Amino acid sequence: MKRVANYLKSLLLLELFAGLGVTFKYLWKPKYTVRFPMEHIPRSGRFRGLHALRRYPNGEERCIACKLCEAVCPALAITIDSHRREDDTRRTTRYDIDLFKCIYCGFCEESCPVDSIVLTDILEYHMEKRGENVITKPQLLAVGDRFEKDIAAARAQDAPYR
Amino acid sequence: MTAITAAFEWFINTFPTLSMALGLFLFPLLPLIIAVAMYVYWERKVIGWMHVRMGPNQVGPLGLLQTFADVFKLLLKEVIYPFQANKPLFLLAPLWALVPAFAAWAVVPIGSYTAWSNANAGLLFLLAMTSMGVYGIIIAGWASNSRYAMLGAMRSAAQIISYEIAMGFSLVSVLVLAGSLNLSDIVDAQAGSKGLFDWFWLPLLPMFVIYFVSGLAETNRLPFDMAEGESEIVAGFHVEYSGAPFAVFFLTEYANMILISFLAPLLFLGGWLSPFPASWGVLGAPGWWWFVAKAFVFATAFIWFRATFPRYRYDQIMRLGWKVFIPITIVWLFVTGCMKYFGWVTTGA
Repeated sequence: MKRVANYLKSLLLLELFAGLGVTFKYLWKPKYTVRFPMEHIPRSGRFRGLHALRRYPNGEERCIACKLCEAVCPALAITIDSHRREDDTRRTTRYDIDLFKCIYCGFCEESCPVDSIVLTDILEYHMEKRGENVITKPQLLAVGDRFEKDIAAARAQDAPYR
Repeated sequence: MTAITAAFEWFINTFPTLSMALGLFLFPLLPLIIAVAMYVYWERKVIGWMHVRMGPNQVGPLGLLQTFADVFKLLLKEVIYPFQANKPLFLLAPLWALVPAFAAWAVVPIGSYTAWSNANAGLLFLLAMTSMGVYGIIIAGWASNSRYAMLGAMRSAAQIISYEIAMGFSLVSVLVLAGSLNLSDIVDAQAGSKGLFDWFWLPLLPMFVIYFVSGLAETNRLPFDMAEGESEIVAGFHVEYSGAPFAVFFLTEYANMILISFLAPLLFLGGWLSPFPASWGVLGAPGWWWFVAKAFVFATAFIWFRATFPRYRYDQIMRLGWKVFIPITIVWLFVTGCMKYFGWVTTGA
């Protein structure tokens, strides 16, 4: 008797209609999709992305070639050469970061006594040729110049917690 | 105005074959191809929405040109012939699948007695045409010289033969009630003062469900897409196809779905008749827009089912076809005969 009842119940296709109900409900739900190039998900000010070298407001570069970042870098991604500039200050002649070696740990930024090397929140960048993974001092300075406002704002936001 | 009509008649009388070809191009070829393109777009959109995604939205406004981009990509691609494939049959197969899908439109009326052929045996012709397509699939499976394709073709053949019987019985019940094989007559038999409740779906409700489910099986759509079965046999019968022949198979599948979507309202939901009583003025008037709207609902149901149901196991498909659908249709055919004989249902206006 129960088998007959179950058979008749199966003819009503109740499970199938329940399933259709679920998909119909989801049809109207707001979509999670972020339209990536046009939209971005929010990023923290502490995000560790592409590197930059900063300058002081008067245009002088901050880096004093102390090589603390080079020493602390666990991936040995940073290479620095320095010299004595005409005004007798110590400056870098070379500041290379190998982006393939870098693990984006942020130790270089932590170690920097003058807040020169920073990790920005830029995460969309690419290389087209072999060798472009090593970014040089002018490139790093250019990134810093271009995004100085964002970098400063992110540092100011984080300052009370440090 | 008369000059235009005269020119028109002159053209038809002077170039009868050419004007016939042009007419066939204007209906059903061109609208059907555009409808297929829009249908594929709609399918990707609706399934996307049901997956809480957006679906195609980049090519053209709202992504409307996505399918056209895909089609042109396919047409421009190289056709790869598998090793030791039977080349003539390999190329014949997609056409063999496509032609019946389009030929079936010859008898589909878009209004009362408005069809290319007002054939008396229209329903029979439809049944024949929808069955013909399976030969294309079988030939494709055989000519590809591939195990997957062969398995897909055999599955498809067995499935279509099984479900053809149930579908045939459900069409017979429509035939019994309407008393005619002519599709326009069938729709006219559903006309009445009660609108919606005069249509055949009410006395033939089980048959209506079985017709649509068999339609899913006939068109190899989910949950009956054993012929494709990505997780088991890669892509089934069209696994070796690429470029334009694949596009033709794709077109065929969707043209068949659209055909089934248009037949369901024709046979069970009163075709172009309005669901409202005739006294309701504009809303109660019959028209092709009702027909298209009903077909659109069914076409969307195809998509809805695809987004909802997982694929049946092969033996479950066979069980459903032979042990559930065929007994039910036979019983309900008898009930339909009783309805007709004892006059429990009234047909015709």
